[in-house]
Order: sequence, then C-alpha cells, then structure tokens
Amino acid sequence: MDITSLWLSFKLASITTIILILFSTPLAWWLSQSRSKLQPVIQAIVAMPIVLPPTVLGFYLLIVLGPEGAIGSWWVSLTGNTLTFSFTGLVIASCIYSLPFAVQPLQNSFESLSYSHLEAAWTLGASKLDAFFSVVIPLSLRGFISASVLSFAHTLGEFGVVLMVGGNIPGTSRVVSIAIYEHVEKLNFAAAHQLSIVLIIFSFFLLFGMFLVHRRWQS
Amino acid sequence: MAIVMNYIECNFLLTKGDFILDVNTRIPAQGVTGVLGESGSGKTTLLRCIAGLEKLQEGDSRRPNERNIGYVFQNTKLFPHLTVQKNLEYGWRRNPNTNKSIIELSKIFEVDHLLDRSIDQLSGGETQRICIARALCQDPQLILMDEPLSSMDVRRRKNFLPYLDRLSKKTSIPIIYVSHDIDEICQLSDHIIILENGRVIAEGNLQETLCRVDIPFLNNQYACSLLEVRKLEYDSNFDLSLFEFSGGKLWVPGHYDMQSGKFRINASDISLSRTLLKSSTILNSLPSVIEEIVNETASTQLVRLRLGESFLIARITRRSSYELKLKIGEEVYAQIKSVIVGC
Repeated sequence: MDITSLWLSFKLASITTIILILFSTPLAWWLSQSRSKLQPVIQAIVAMPIVLPPTVLGFYLLIVLGPEGAIGSWWVSLTGNTLTFSFTGLVIASCIYSLPFAVQPLQNSFESLSYSHLEAAWTLGASKLDAFFSVVIPLSLRGFISASVLSFAHTLGEFGVVLMVGGNIPGTSRVVSIAIYEHVEKLNFAAAHQLSIVLIIFSFFLLFGMFLVHRRWQS
Repeated sequence: MAIVMNYIECNFLLTKGDFILDVNTRIPAQGVTGVLGESGSGKTTLLRCIAGLEKLQEGDSRRPNERNIGYVFQNTKLFPHLTVQKNLEYGWRRNPNTNKSIIELSKIFEVDHLLDRSIDQLSGGETQRICIARALCQDPQLILMDEPLSSMDVRRRKNFLPYLDRLSKKTSIPIIYVSHDIDEICQLSDHIIILENGRVIAEGNLQETLCRVDIPFLNNQYACSLLEVRKLEYDSNFDLSLFEFSGGKLWVPGHYDMQSGKFRINASDISLSRTLLKSSTILNSLPSVIEEIVNETASTQLVRLRLGESFLIARITRRSSYELKLKIGEEVYAQIKSVIVGC
C-alpha cells in the first residue's frame, strides 16, 4: 500500500479545507449580503473552477506560480524556493480549485438565515462581529459542515491541477490520484485497486456522514 | 433618536422606494406611548429608526448596539440555537451595567420553569413572554414593542395584556407600543401617536386625542371615547355595577373585581335626546353639552359632548341632527347603550 501518497493527499485536503473555511467565510458572507454591482462578477469568478477543465486552471496556475510568474517570482525572492512542483504550490492550487465547493454551501446557508436574528442580536447589544460569531455561525453549522466535507472530498479527488502544477514527486506532489494513474500506466493493477478502493470507501463514508448529520438536523 | 430631559426626540426622514417616513416629534420618556396606524403607515419603520436598524440620510448614526433599546419584534425572534436561559442571558451579558436579575425577570413573566428548555418546546405565549423578558434583561432605557400580541389568538391576548400593563407600571422604562388594535392601545397607553402615510397626523394624551373629531382616520375606524372610572357599588339584585367618572355615573351589567379602570364607548353606542327619557330601557342617560359637530359621511355626523371634565363622542345620522336642530353649546342627554369594560 502506498501510504506516502495517501498521507500526502490527506494532508493536502486537510490544510486546503482549513484555509478555505477561513477564507471563504467572509467571502461567502459578503456575497450573501452585498448588493454591489461587483457581486455577480465575483460570484462568477468564484464559480469558474466548477466549469473549467482542470488542465486550463492548472496551465495558468503553472504560469502564475512558476519562477517567472507574478506570484512565483515573488515567492522565490522571499523564500528561495519555487512554488511549482512544491507542496505549498499544491495547497495554493487546491484552494483555488476547491474554492466554489466551500463558498457556495456557506453562501446558501447565510442567505437562508433570517436577517431578523441578526437585528435582534444587535438590539441586544452585540456588535456586528459579535453577532456574526454568536448568531450567524452557530445557525449556519450545516453550511460549515457541507463546505468542509465538500472541499475536503473535492481536494482529495483532484488530478489535473496537481499534475500540471505539482507534477509527480513522491512525498511532495504524488497524491493518491496521481499514484493510481502511475500504477495503471505501469500495468500494476493490484496497487491501483488498493488505492482506489480506499478512496471509494473513504469518500462514501465522508459523504454518508454528512448527509446523516443533515438528516438529524432536520428532524 | 435622543432622550432629552423628559422626552425622546424623534426626527427621522427616510425614503424607501416610494414610501417616505417623515417624523418630527417628541415622545414622553415615561409611561406607554401607543403608535396607531393602518398597515403600511410606517409604524414598524418608525420603531426601526428609533432602534437604529434603518440607515437614515441624516441624524443619529449610532449602531443599534450602542443605543441600549429593548426591541420586541413582531414575529418572535428568539435564537433557535440557544436555550431559554441563554436567550435571556444574551443581552444581559452584553450590557455589563445591568442590575437586572434573570431569575427575577423570568419569575415576573412566569417563565422561570422553562429556563432549560430549547426554543422549539415553547408555546406562542411563552415565547412572547420570553422575548419581552429578554429585551428587559439588558436594562434598556427604552422598550419598543411591535405588535407583540399579533401571533396570539384572542383568548391568549386577553391573558397577556395584564403582563404588559404590570410591566409598564412596575418599571420606569418608557415603552413605545405599536398596534393597529385600538383595544390594546386603550388598555396600555397614556400617550398616543397616529401615523398615516409615514407622517404623524395626531399625537397627545390618549383620552384627549381619541375624543378629537377632526381626525378622519380616527373617525372612520375608531370613533370612540375613553373614560377613567372608579367603582362605587354593586347591586346584587339586578347584577349591576355602578361606576363613577369625572362627569357622571354609569351602570354596567355584571360584577367587577377592579376598583378602577378604563371604559371605552363606541360612538355608535351613544344616541342623543333632548329630554330625559323616563320610559326607556336605556340604563345610562347622562346630561352633556355639545362641543363640536362634524360631518363624518354623507349620512352620519360625529358629535363631541362634554360631561364635566370628560368627553364622549356620539355617532348620529345627519337627519336626526337636522330634525333635532342640534347646535353647539346646547344641552342634550347622551344615552349609552353599551360600554367595553377594561377596553
């Protein structure tokens, strides 16, 4: 069993999920509340990774994150390392790739939240930030669970973007999906089966758990 | 919104689509002020402006949490993720200067046995009592109530009004009470504001304002008069109670525990006669002086009568008025067919 690539995938998905939740919460809140003309533009940009082929996304990320690219060159001057073909680069790429899977569930749950709860909190003496943490977040827990599970699962399953940005370096960028691809190329079907079945079972229970929690919540 | 001396200054100009709220008034910073008006007249918007929930073009820009105003919303807004106790504590924790005790308040509103419950295990009346208690826990300088009884059926409302009455008498916190129900307003308020299309069309002492016949809004829907009464005696033979007000005495069927209270008399329940009708089934026939006569509709008139220090409004047909040749300053007998006790 290729434990290294399994662990790498798990690590990548976990870190990506944490960063995404922190970043998507204010973004999704802004998208749910804003009446700005910019709102649909941002909304469209956030949703782009759903429709674009991962290769397109990966191609441009490779350019931007590469040593000649805007972010990549800055990173090189800052740390001395390149972003492409590194784990950090993979995290950045995954965050962009899975962004809509975190933002959309959060935005949906923020939009379904009764605004009056927020107003009640304000009149009871809560500041905007206080009301957000004491009322909005607890009442949007379902959205947070969906956002976490979906971004985790989606990052776990990514292939094209990783291949473009990270390549296939054991321990750095050879995640499970890449490892499976390589096993199949080398006609090592037994190893490919092993990893695939682990992914199938894990993904099933992850999603099953999420829907179970949602059902409990409803009743 | 600012509380200056004994008044709450309300100067609001707000445009929302084609609705304009334009209010410049002072509300007494004591007792209960009823805000009456049809739906769409701006009652709720006025409360929201006072609470700081609306963005005004100019004026007070403090956020709601900087105003210390208790707001009881029309549709109950308890936090569903918190227990009753945590709901009550929400405002209490955030206003460190409060000297209110949650236990004490929950006893006043008879919800102390519900503190551990979650919100979905409460009845409508319990929820509303907790909402009011929650608004009080923060020890506000003003309480706003937006039709707090609208989610209750008629029987519950009757049980609930005494809570509010007690609340206004026990605490010195001024209350602004929005309703379209004249009964609620009459029972609770000392002062009244009438809103129409976002403007104040009348305001003042409740009894005096209700007796004005120059406000078409009041005339058409609510023409009535309000009397402060005191119980004198009970006639057990006929099951009648005698009440006294500043201007006369009234016999009312039934026995009442209350020693004093308010009576409301609908304008249509008063008829006029030039002489005291001895052979009539009407119990109450009171001498009064005509103060004012206005045409209400093509067929009816409203007549304002003075009895001592009190006023009554009678609705009569224009024909009767013409045939009796009623004139201002003349003495007539007001025959009262029925009164609404305790409003």
